[in-house]
Amino acid sequence: MQYTFIALVENKPGVLNRVASLFRRRNFNIESLAVGRTEKTDVSRMTMVVDCPNGDVDAHRIEANLYKLVNVIDVQDVSRLPAVTRDLALIKVKAGPEKRAEVNSLAAIFRARIVDVAADSVIVEVTGTEEKIEGMTELLRPIGIAEMVRTGQVAMTRGANSGIRRMPGMEDSHYEDDYEVAEMTP
Amino acid sequence: MKMTGAEILWECMVREGVEVVFGYPGGANMPIYDAMLNYPVHHVLVRHEQGAAHMADGYARASGKVGVAMATSGPGATNLVTGIATAMMDSSPVVFVTGQVAAHLIGGDAFQEVDVTGITLPITKHNYLVTRADEVAEVVREAFYIARSGRPGPVLIDFCKNAQVEQAEFVFPDEVKLPGYQPPERAPQSDLEEAVRLIEKAQRPVILAGHGVLMSGAEEALAHFAVKTQTPIASTLLGLGAFPASHELSLGMMGMHGEVHTNLAIQNSDLILAFGMRFDDRVTGNLKTYASKAKKIHVEIDPSEVHKNVRVDVPLVGDLKNVLTDLIQMVDEYDHDEWLQQINEWKVDADSRSIMNWPNDDNLYVAHLVTDIWKATGGGAIVTTDVGQHQMWAAQYYPLEKPNRWITSGGAGTMGFGLPSAIGAWFAHKDQEIWAIAGDGGFQMTAAELTTAVQEGANVKVAIMNNNFLGMVRQWQEFFFEKRYSAVNMLTPDFVKLAEAHGVPARLVTKREEVNEAIEWARRTPGPIVIEFRVVQEDSVYPMVPAGASLDQMLQRPERAVK
Repeated sequence: MQYTFIALVENKPGVLNRVASLFRRRNFNIESLAVGRTEKTDVSRMTMVVDCPNGDVDAHRIEANLYKLVNVIDVQDVSRLPAVTRDLALIKVKAGPEKRAEVNSLAAIFRARIVDVAADSVIVEVTGTEEKIEGMTELLRPIGIAEMVRTGQVAMTRGANSGIRRMPGMEDSHYEDDYEVAEMTP
Repeated sequence: MKMTGAEILWECMVREGVEVVFGYPGGANMPIYDAMLNYPVHHVLVRHEQGAAHMADGYARASGKVGVAMATSGPGATNLVTGIATAMMDSSPVVFVTGQVAAHLIGGDAFQEVDVTGITLPITKHNYLVTRADEVAEVVREAFYIARSGRPGPVLIDFCKNAQVEQAEFVFPDEVKLPGYQPPERAPQSDLEEAVRLIEKAQRPVILAGHGVLMSGAEEALAHFAVKTQTPIASTLLGLGAFPASHELSLGMMGMHGEVHTNLAIQNSDLILAFGMRFDDRVTGNLKTYASKAKKIHVEIDPSEVHKNVRVDVPLVGDLKNVLTDLIQMVDEYDHDEWLQQINEWKVDADSRSIMNWPNDDNLYVAHLVTDIWKATGGGAIVTTDVGQHQMWAAQYYPLEKPNRWITSGGAGTMGFGLPSAIGAWFAHKDQEIWAIAGDGGFQMTAAELTTAVQEGANVKVAIMNNNFLGMVRQWQEFFFEKRYSAVNMLTPDFVKLAEAHGVPARLVTKREEVNEAIEWARRTPGPIVIEFRVVQEDSVYPMVPAGASLDQMLQRPERAVK
């Protein structure tokens, strides 16, 4: 099951490495990770999509261990909440003059933009949810994709809602009841 | 005032209360060693950096203060790694200062350059790379604060050589600014009330006392709570000493090599009160069957430990001393006579198998030797150990009445810990008797620190329990690998000659009647002493819960099975 976390971290060298190292150390696979500055110059924001095979148990462990990092200020799980999520992709399509019209009409349907045109290719910029980008990619594939790059997902909850904070001991913390005892290795 | 980065380091460390550091100089930390001469700090020159790390760790555990270990870049720093991991696993507050090549050379594979902050990232509570002199004061202040606060742990400062020699204006920061680091202080009132409701209902409660009791200084609060609620206390390996072993509510050690009645009490309890412990696999056995009838209250300062191994009913996240102080106010006096009587019956049953009740067959058993040392020292010595069979016997047969006298590598299980941690502990308490109990395997890993002990005049007594085996591995091979002994039979050097070559008086003891005289000789002879005891070769530690088995499935000592 995929979970989306938002973490606010101090904008210092090495913080990304600390976060990435934590996922490696605890054997979690990061599906996507996007980092950027926020409105505060000393705070960066990370959006992480992580595969959690054990559901909420893993989500709790990830959140608690993120907090253990000295440079991490806040962690929220926005996986099941009303949130706006966006991913941006640049897709270079192998399209000479005869195929440009086809690419152009697909782009119009997905509200994507043609941002560069060369003799034998065009670059399409598409923004949206993961599903939208996947959909666009599938339709462009038969025409011929030369290159593709994605930023990874960023997320923001809607309205005044914040994400779930599971940390025990915190004011609004709550812990799901689907705990499964792990099998012990001798 | 303008000072060099190296001077700022020492100025800050002196202000943090540092009096002794353990280390080894080299190319990349020479400016630090040069500046050190102008400060009132005693430096202990070790023989291997791992020794420095364990000494600083032993010093920290014995004193309750932050220990400091130093090394140069590259191999100096990597030699610390085992010691850093040891401190991390046992939440020991140690600040490590490593030299690093000049900032402009970083990443260029310069001489003795190693990515030390990268290597130590997962085994430190936090670490720093200092590339400018004007960062030093803030970093050192933060490092000491992080090491000792919350759940304590090791912090490493990797100190570029240019930052050691460059100058900066020295300002000692009044406070640390760490927006992402706020250790919890008190548990929320609603959680406390929920815990009290469980305590009120409990008929068969057990307290599990861990290292957190000592770290939080909650020994008195623990005793007060236990007596008021008449709740027996089982200890983890690192929690030993938090509650007097002779007290009627003390159950001794739990877990893999815990007492039978202790593990039975846990398995049959209806309420577990886990105080500053983390349900390590060595104390729980099989999690699926662990204390399955019990509700669980977990008092813990590190939220990532809550629900980690065992799902608890009420987590109380906060400093244990504060939480207990609050709980004591909220609970009434209870009695659990029936429950305590039941535990006592289990205890009597187990006592009949105890090796202590065996007649003297003139063989040396570690259990007996530890008991002899306990009697001679009145149970009041600081005891450090290596890791393995002798460690478990020391835990079982050196019952402690007071805290911070038991120094052992629990989480990491680091062999070679005993001697250097004893030397470190001596610097914390020079007036106290200190015994390092070691096995023949572990002792050889850090034996070179004998010279350090001589150079410093460290008054530590080393008891080597020599069975010519890597005993615990041998025991597992006997129990679980059909006695197919693989790489456990060990040739040992002549430990007496080895010690004497280091300038340490030493004796070999092979007979029962020589034991007490040798111990007394060690006690009255000042300075480091080594006694080698030739012990029964194939004795095993009992009781034992096989790894992965349920906590109440204990192998007990067969009656007179040892040859």
